[in-house]
Amino acid sequence: MGDIHVMREEFLPPKPPPRRHLISVGDLTRDDVERLLATARSFSRSLEREVKKLPTLRGYTVVNVFYESSTRTSSSFELAAKRLSADTMSIKAAGSSVDKGESLKDTALTLGAYDPDVIVIRHPQIGAPQLVARYTAAHIVNAGDGKHQHPTQALLDLYTIREHVGPLDGLHVAIVGDVLHSRVARSNIQALTLMGATVTLVGPPPLIPRGIEAMGCEVSHEIGAIAAADVVYVLRMQRERMQEGANYVPSLREYTARWGVTPERLRPGQKVMHPGPMNRGVEIDPVVADAADALIETQVRAGLVVRMAVLYDLLTTGPVPVKTPEPLEVA
Amino acid sequence: MLFGKNGRKDDLVVRRARVLDPTEGLDTVCDVRVDGGTIAELGTSLDANGHRVIDGAGLVLAPAFVDPHVHLRVPGREDEETLASGTAAAAAGGYCVILAMPNTDPVVDSAAVLGSLIEDAQSQAEIPVGFLAAITRGQEGAELTEMAELADQGAAGFTDDGRPVVAPGLMRRALQYHGITGRRLALHCEEPTLSGSGQMHEGTVSAELGFTGYPSVAESLMVERDLSLAAYEGQPLHLLHLSARESVAALRSAQAEGVVATGEVTPHHLCLTDEAVRTLDPNLKMNPPLRSEQDRAALVEGLRDGTIGAVATDHAPHARHEKEVPFEAAPFGVTGLETAFSALYTNLVEPGQLPLETLLERMSAGPARIYGLEPPRIAVGAPANLVLLDTAATWRVDEGGFRSRSANSWLLGQTLEGRVRMTVAAGKVVYEA
Repeated sequence: MGDIHVMREEFLPPKPPPRRHLISVGDLTRDDVERLLATARSFSRSLEREVKKLPTLRGYTVVNVFYESSTRTSSSFELAAKRLSADTMSIKAAGSSVDKGESLKDTALTLGAYDPDVIVIRHPQIGAPQLVARYTAAHIVNAGDGKHQHPTQALLDLYTIREHVGPLDGLHVAIVGDVLHSRVARSNIQALTLMGATVTLVGPPPLIPRGIEAMGCEVSHEIGAIAAADVVYVLRMQRERMQEGANYVPSLREYTARWGVTPERLRPGQKVMHPGPMNRGVEIDPVVADAADALIETQVRAGLVVRMAVLYDLLTTGPVPVKTPEPLEVA
Repeated sequence: MLFGKNGRKDDLVVRRARVLDPTEGLDTVCDVRVDGGTIAELGTSLDANGHRVIDGAGLVLAPAFVDPHVHLRVPGREDEETLASGTAAAAAGGYCVILAMPNTDPVVDSAAVLGSLIEDAQSQAEIPVGFLAAITRGQEGAELTEMAELADQGAAGFTDDGRPVVAPGLMRRALQYHGITGRRLALHCEEPTLSGSGQMHEGTVSAELGFTGYPSVAESLMVERDLSLAAYEGQPLHLLHLSARESVAALRSAQAEGVVATGEVTPHHLCLTDEAVRTLDPNLKMNPPLRSEQDRAALVEGLRDGTIGAVATDHAPHARHEKEVPFEAAPFGVTGLETAFSALYTNLVEPGQLPLETLLERMSAGPARIYGLEPPRIAVGAPANLVLLDTAATWRVDEGGFRSRSANSWLLGQTLEGRVRMTVAAGKVVYEA
């Protein structure tokens, strides 16, 4: 082994800033979230103008790769990029080389060859965005990876609450339903607790993952626990994730009877949120979904400005790195 | 029961090493002379007799290691490992004997498949190899293999490793029948309706990451069932790759009640916990999964007090493209032959969690005894099965440095302490660094 000379930091050339991604809420600091929400708010004002397009990201390319079906997330990312004048390209797994058995690594290398600035990816497997980050030079935005994370959903939910309910610090949010299969729940628990809110998870025991309390939330199996919350966040009963015979709940009928969010179970003034798509009459009563206290369409609107803020923030090298680089190891 | 190339037998003298054989009660600095592959003399300032002289000053000379759990991937996946590459990797890890698992393609479930493997080993294996045969045909958990014929042919034991024997009635028959062979039954304990599509240990980390959990009780429930059946039938058994503290407790209490039960543990379960999975590195995905710190501590304690008699690598080579995928899509298993001693020396011996003597015993005589093999030992008249260890050396685990055909190691990029300098297997120098 040769001698290792360790140079003092000030004699080294400045390092390029680390490539920034948005993969998990866990990588964000409170300052990062504040900055993103402030940016989103300024974009919301620009959308009130007659000409809604901004020249901010002209010349940048944003590629959306969706391995799972999605309406609101893919459309809002596409529109967000377009409103900022970026070039966009959307690829769906169906009808692409993925159908021919191409691996994610090879798809990433192929897309990387076009030098996109941002790749927005949704994939059914946990860790897919990290893998794409390893094989391309683009900034990666996680638009949902398996049951793991959906960070832009959590950011748009924070934005919605702050704009329409009040400050996040000290707020109490009850998240109701299928937490086990929900990336939205995981991202929101992290995001809400990061911003000082209290979170209570409510649902049938088999759908609340063992050990989730370690994320800093309370757990209840009684729907009555939503009464104390300022916001009731209803999760979708993900029927497509319910394996045959898995018996998480005996029937959707019994689930609805016991944990459905109905007008009788809500206090006046309690706000209701849902990431969509809803199963009306299963996890949420149609009357609740359409009531004035429901913020569900507001969430969709917030999705657009928050995703604009995320793209803007990643591409204009914000003041704070989203993720600090690993320290170099000198062996 | 063990098969390899019948090659030369070496003559050598190792001078002034710390000769450490816990089984023989030996811990002294002296010379060891090997004549024609057999240990001929221990003493100070031995005559070289024209033999090759190895300077062992500052090094530890110990009985070479025995790995009771290796996936050689032959027949069927020669792109991942071969008899030649797997045994060369074992030699580099300090091993003089390895036992290969039968979950190949085709499965080692007939005398014909076993016979051809034995023939190949005799021309290709760098160190002696024993082959375990399946408990059930095709490892399908329905019909017993012809165990008597397989044992006559040279099977080293029986296992459906990779899969549990799910039906208790069939497990009972296997326990009853295998007794006529005198070979060990080795069990992969997993209750499939509890492990399901689990990707990692069920706990706080899986809850946060969103992975489907593989709970400890999926292992320990099966361990308890199999120990109950073994007690009832009065038959011995061996438990493969233990991961949960409840399994260690069940094994300890069965042993106390007189059940002839043994267990093994892998280096990765002794060194890592489920916290490591946060990196989402597919080289941290194995079955059974990495568990909690309490589990890891119970495994170390079980190994220390002898409840668990053997370290087993569960060396599971995988093609690079199969591991370059998201964690959930990756196959279970990591390599381990070339890093086992260094990983355990670095993570357990150096920090004072396990004495070096205990580690050496559990990597050599311990596993040999479980399968009824002659334990490697440093004694006059014994065949030379020796490993020379440099406990002061540090080295970096690099993808290009493996003799295995696969590099799916959980230690890539890490710097380890303690290094194998030389391995002598069946009287022949098979590795030098």
